[in-house]
Amino acid sequence: MSHTDVRLDTSVELPVERDALIGSAGRPERRQRGERLMVSKAEFRSYYGQPVLKSPPWQAPDIAGYLFLGGLAGASSTLAAAAELTGRPRLARGLKAGAAVAIAGSLYSLVHDLGRPERFLHMLRVVKVTSPMSIGSWLLAGYGPLAMLAAGSAVTGRLPRLGRLGTLGAGVAGPAVAAYTAALISDTAVPVWHEAHAELPIVFVGSAAASAGALGLLVAPDREAGPARRAALLGAVTELATAHRMERRLGMVGEPLRRGLGGALLRASHVLMAGGALALSLPVRNRVLTRAGAVAMIAGSICLRFGIFHAGVASARDPKYTVTPQRERLEARAESRRRRP
Amino acid sequence: MALDLREATGGERDPATAGGYAEPPERVGFFTDTSVCIGCKACEVACKEWNAVPEDGLLFTGMSYDNTGSLGADSWRHVAFIEQPRRLGRQETHLAPTELPPDLLRSAGGRTAVSLGLPASAPPDGHVAAAADMDFRWLMSSDVCKHCTHAACLDVCPTGALFRTEFGTVVVQEDVCNGCGYCVPACPYGVIDKRPSNGLVSKCTLCYDRLSVGQEPACAKSCPTDSIQFGELAELRERAAGRVRDLHDAGVTSARLYGADPQDGVGGAGAFFLLLDEPEVYGLPPDPVVTTRDLPAMWRRAGLAAVGLLVALAAVTIPGARR
Repeated sequence: MSHTDVRLDTSVELPVERDALIGSAGRPERRQRGERLMVSKAEFRSYYGQPVLKSPPWQAPDIAGYLFLGGLAGASSTLAAAAELTGRPRLARGLKAGAAVAIAGSLYSLVHDLGRPERFLHMLRVVKVTSPMSIGSWLLAGYGPLAMLAAGSAVTGRLPRLGRLGTLGAGVAGPAVAAYTAALISDTAVPVWHEAHAELPIVFVGSAAASAGALGLLVAPDREAGPARRAALLGAVTELATAHRMERRLGMVGEPLRRGLGGALLRASHVLMAGGALALSLPVRNRVLTRAGAVAMIAGSICLRFGIFHAGVASARDPKYTVTPQRERLEARAESRRRRP
Repeated sequence: MALDLREATGGERDPATAGGYAEPPERVGFFTDTSVCIGCKACEVACKEWNAVPEDGLLFTGMSYDNTGSLGADSWRHVAFIEQPRRLGRQETHLAPTELPPDLLRSAGGRTAVSLGLPASAPPDGHVAAAADMDFRWLMSSDVCKHCTHAACLDVCPTGALFRTEFGTVVVQEDVCNGCGYCVPACPYGVIDKRPSNGLVSKCTLCYDRLSVGQEPACAKSCPTDSIQFGELAELRERAAGRVRDLHDAGVTSARLYGADPQDGVGGAGAFFLLLDEPEVYGLPPDPVVTTRDLPAMWRRAGLAAVGLLVALAAVTIPGARR
């Protein structure tokens, strides 16, 4: 940290009036004429420690909640369609109902974030491929009614043909709903979210598959639960492995994934997910153990989204994560220019 | 051909042309020369007055004379104040109006200094020698929306509320904005923000209404030292390059342009700056990049993940058909 000394004398006994992160070096050791370059390389500079970026103006329960519910709904619809086509009606019905509840919850979260329901309609004015939120809105506008149709038909037993159409349509659109949310948050200047754009979609679909599989285990009878168990395990392994790789690759920018609220939530997520997966993969099939494992996985999937959300917000609030990587990028570019004149 | 999802493709293309205007007027912008900014905040006041921007909190931040804090929904101009124990060029701090150095007198071209009756930059006793060796400079800079060539806020806006004007600037339509807030974390400079009172975003419009009738923006009009210069961007860039040369000749070696390079991460800013220190000292990102530059890669990965999920969930059901 450096000091700003606005005094006419150089007395060291006087207290420093202000201790601000303005970034310049401290009192010079020797006098010299003209300007001095006093930028030490390792020093991180900022404007009074203020953030460079604006934090996302989103509430965690709304948006992190939506990231989880969208993933759960999308993967559940796909698993439900696959279950229906392979003759597992009760697994399919439970998953369809779960998907419908989850997508309704998503829509509530999104509308709550906007403040007024009619504001959602503004999303449907244009189609913009440069805006993952625009694409996502259209995805939800297509997927939502299909998922509702599938669930309505499965629960009431009416309109079986329309129900089948809804099941298949939601099953095909589901993975897109689960995966696009990664692009949604990556397509921002938030350091953690943006820099993680290569791994985040894989982490999110893994987590979605785990939560959908876990939901399947909670709603289906044992003889239909095989696919749900396999989906949960495959999803958990994918999520844990990719998240591990992501946290290691990000290095300094990835610090908020290890520290603070985001870090704590992610550690909880990994423990829950791994514990759930362990419970589900034991050779003994115990009903209580299976249910406990499934619940742990769903909790782990929730913690993952909230952890990523809070880590992103923390990385936007601290100018370090904005300035340092950009400064390094500039220096690397200058270095490569020096090498080939 | 690489897929480029940004609004304006190709580094050299004029953003208004890329935005669909057949024969747009010359692109305009700001050149903010911070070396002559005196921190009077006339730009902040003029902006608020002209655009009827609401009050944004009356508080003391403790950050030098900066009590605005940062750009935001209700601060479209923000003057930063930075105090540094360092000299500005060959600045002589014992300078008093009566004892001008010879080279400054020469550059004044025969004009003589006239006392305006203001207190001189000297202690009350008139003895100025005590301050002769003080190393101190006060940097001031009026920050504003950069009106990027590749504007992330505009790219990510899902409603079309943010649009490109014929002047190459970026403006929010308040009646279309639905308050999703996506543009807020998308901006690499942290400019645009949500106004709590109505939940909608707002930012500098480069005085679109004034431009439309041939007037310069309120901040530039009110700037008493021409630190904020408004004009055609191409001309401003030339003028700025000349100013940097002059400052370097005058010993202010730290003078550099920020946002003037059309090859940078945002394709060049419509509002660029002459700074006297690294950008991060002023709260600006040193190497901003429009987030949508990586969007094709993001879509590819998301698509891959979605297909992978579809295949995996189908696959896990098949062996279980036996059970």
